[in-house]
Amino acid sequence: MAVLTYIQAVNQALREELERDEKVFILGEDVGQRGGVFLATDGLYEQFGEERVLDTPLAESAIAGVGIGAAMYGMKPVAEMQFADFIMPAINQIISEAARIRYRSNNDWNCPITIRAPYGAGVHGGLYHSQSIEAIFANQPGLKIVMPSSPYDAKGLLKSAIRDEDPVLFLEHKRAYRLLKEEVPEEDYTLPIGKAETKRSGEDVTVITYGLCVHFAKQAAEKLEQEGISTEILDLRTVYPLDQQAIIEAASKTGKVLLVTEDNKEGSILGEVAAIISEHCLYDLDAPVKRLAGPDTPATPFAAPLEKAFLVNADKIEQAIRELAEF
Amino acid sequence: MVNQTKQAELSKDTLVAMYQEMLLARRIDERMWLLNRAGSIPFVVSCQGQEVAQIAASYALNKDEDFVLPYYRDLGVVLHFGMTVKEVFLQAYGKAEDPNSGGRQMPSHYGQKKNRIVTGSSPVTTQVPHAAGFALASKMEKRNVVSFVTLGEGSSNQGDFHEGLNFAAVHKLPMIVMVENNKYAISVPLSRQVACENISDRAIGYGIPGVTVDGNDALEIYRVVKEAHERALNGEGPTLIETISYRLTPHSSDDDDMTYRTKDEVADHRTLDGIAQFRDMLIEQGYLTEAEDQEIEEKIKQEINEATDYAENAPYAGVSTLTDHVYGQGGE
Repeated sequence: MAVLTYIQAVNQALREELERDEKVFILGEDVGQRGGVFLATDGLYEQFGEERVLDTPLAESAIAGVGIGAAMYGMKPVAEMQFADFIMPAINQIISEAARIRYRSNNDWNCPITIRAPYGAGVHGGLYHSQSIEAIFANQPGLKIVMPSSPYDAKGLLKSAIRDEDPVLFLEHKRAYRLLKEEVPEEDYTLPIGKAETKRSGEDVTVITYGLCVHFAKQAAEKLEQEGISTEILDLRTVYPLDQQAIIEAASKTGKVLLVTEDNKEGSILGEVAAIISEHCLYDLDAPVKRLAGPDTPATPFAAPLEKAFLVNADKIEQAIRELAEF
Repeated sequence: MVNQTKQAELSKDTLVAMYQEMLLARRIDERMWLLNRAGSIPFVVSCQGQEVAQIAASYALNKDEDFVLPYYRDLGVVLHFGMTVKEVFLQAYGKAEDPNSGGRQMPSHYGQKKNRIVTGSSPVTTQVPHAAGFALASKMEKRNVVSFVTLGEGSSNQGDFHEGLNFAAVHKLPMIVMVENNKYAISVPLSRQVACENISDRAIGYGIPGVTVDGNDALEIYRVVKEAHERALNGEGPTLIETISYRLTPHSSDDDDMTYRTKDEVADHRTLDGIAQFRDMLIEQGYLTEAEDQEIEEKIKQEINEATDYAENAPYAGVSTLTDHVYGQGGE
């Protein structure tokens, strides 16, 4: 089995889906000859040609909107937003259109589009190349939001997203692109959308998180194990709609829950996870649910010390788990 | 007056059929207002004043292959593409059998897949990029299919108008964009919407042809849309067409247009009604008699009466269906 980086796993999933189904095509800025600014589409233009790996004009609402039209026609478009931060002009298309097409037409039309976007900080991207955008879209029934935490998950979930009959917002942490490597099967496999996964089994504290923070949580858990603190890690994988059953089970198991996101704290995905736990797990809890998140500043600053201070990391997670364990 | 030099292209039967469809759209719309004012239906947004442009353009399309992405005034377009009178009334009443949305959307938010009428929303102009998407997909599949998208002149200020047209122009997509300029965007007149003389002037920015045509001149509209259709199928890209008409009703049943325009202004435009002009032309040409016209009116009235009765008595969707179809059933 080959060891792939996160971005190579994304690339492999795209290549295999383009090979598998001629209705699949890619559209976005610089996705053609350039192969994408992060090289997600590297080599695909050469293999599949201009028609299926389409460089678009620099206009995000059209990237989403044209993709939505093609999806309603019956194609399987994979639209790339160059940075998640630049998805804002396309919000009307994604929320008012893609998310509502099936419901508003009473199941007459559907919109099987995948919209990929690199999110997240830690690469000196400043305010507009660093944001976490999932919460903006996380109360829009009709939409699914998938945020894989590893190369293996990225490949399997991206294939599922492309094959899904509804719109999927597929958010890839840009720092994970080259930071994370693991063995990824070369054959075809898919992973279920809408299901969380236990990434580590433990008894003392449960960490519920998603995306790159899963990696940091694993690092923290490994360190704490040497101190005798056993950590359960639940990776949400799909942050909307949430896998309620998995959240309830993971929270009930240890009774001490740490929720982690890189996003700003107020109004983040974590609030909804906490609400599910408070509705269902009151008598199983041994400590108040704790949140670890970015501060409520508009976004991540550029200057290195400020960016570092903004970000969740393994040390901060370790400290938070220890506090809960000692509660 | 209608330009009569270009009639040769269309047979007598076609011209009479066009007239019937224009009149049908108008009479349906008039009935909707009666039903609204009687408290039977909550909302109307009208096609009145734009039927000639809608029907003439539709006749220039291939109704068995092309996709249409109408906006909320396009009753004429959806009737031509196969929505029945009964279905139109079912959506006005918001009943379960409404093929557009099963009563989920407000009236005039059209969509019917079997007739290639693409579902639309209320935020204006989002349909222009969708039309480019349909055109892109049909080009990729090497089908001889055109997407036809309409909007109002106010909507041409939206970013999606620019983004969608530019995309279609760059990739030479088979698309026709028809702006139905009815001079008002709710209360704001054309002069406060755009500073250019014609909406079609915007075409130059996309490197495509832009044409402005009298919205009451059915034959000229037919010719212009037909030409755009040929360009599209020849791989020459999109065309921007602007039809000039006048909105004969308030914006919607919730609007009071006397707060921003005068009775005289509206009355003046009623005397120029395109449907009446078209009928007069047919009569002058000997294609239609007064008696035949009366027969058409009677037939339409009966059809509308039946459709109204049916829709009024049809059931609403059961409340147990409220959460149906948020998502599909799974993967492929």
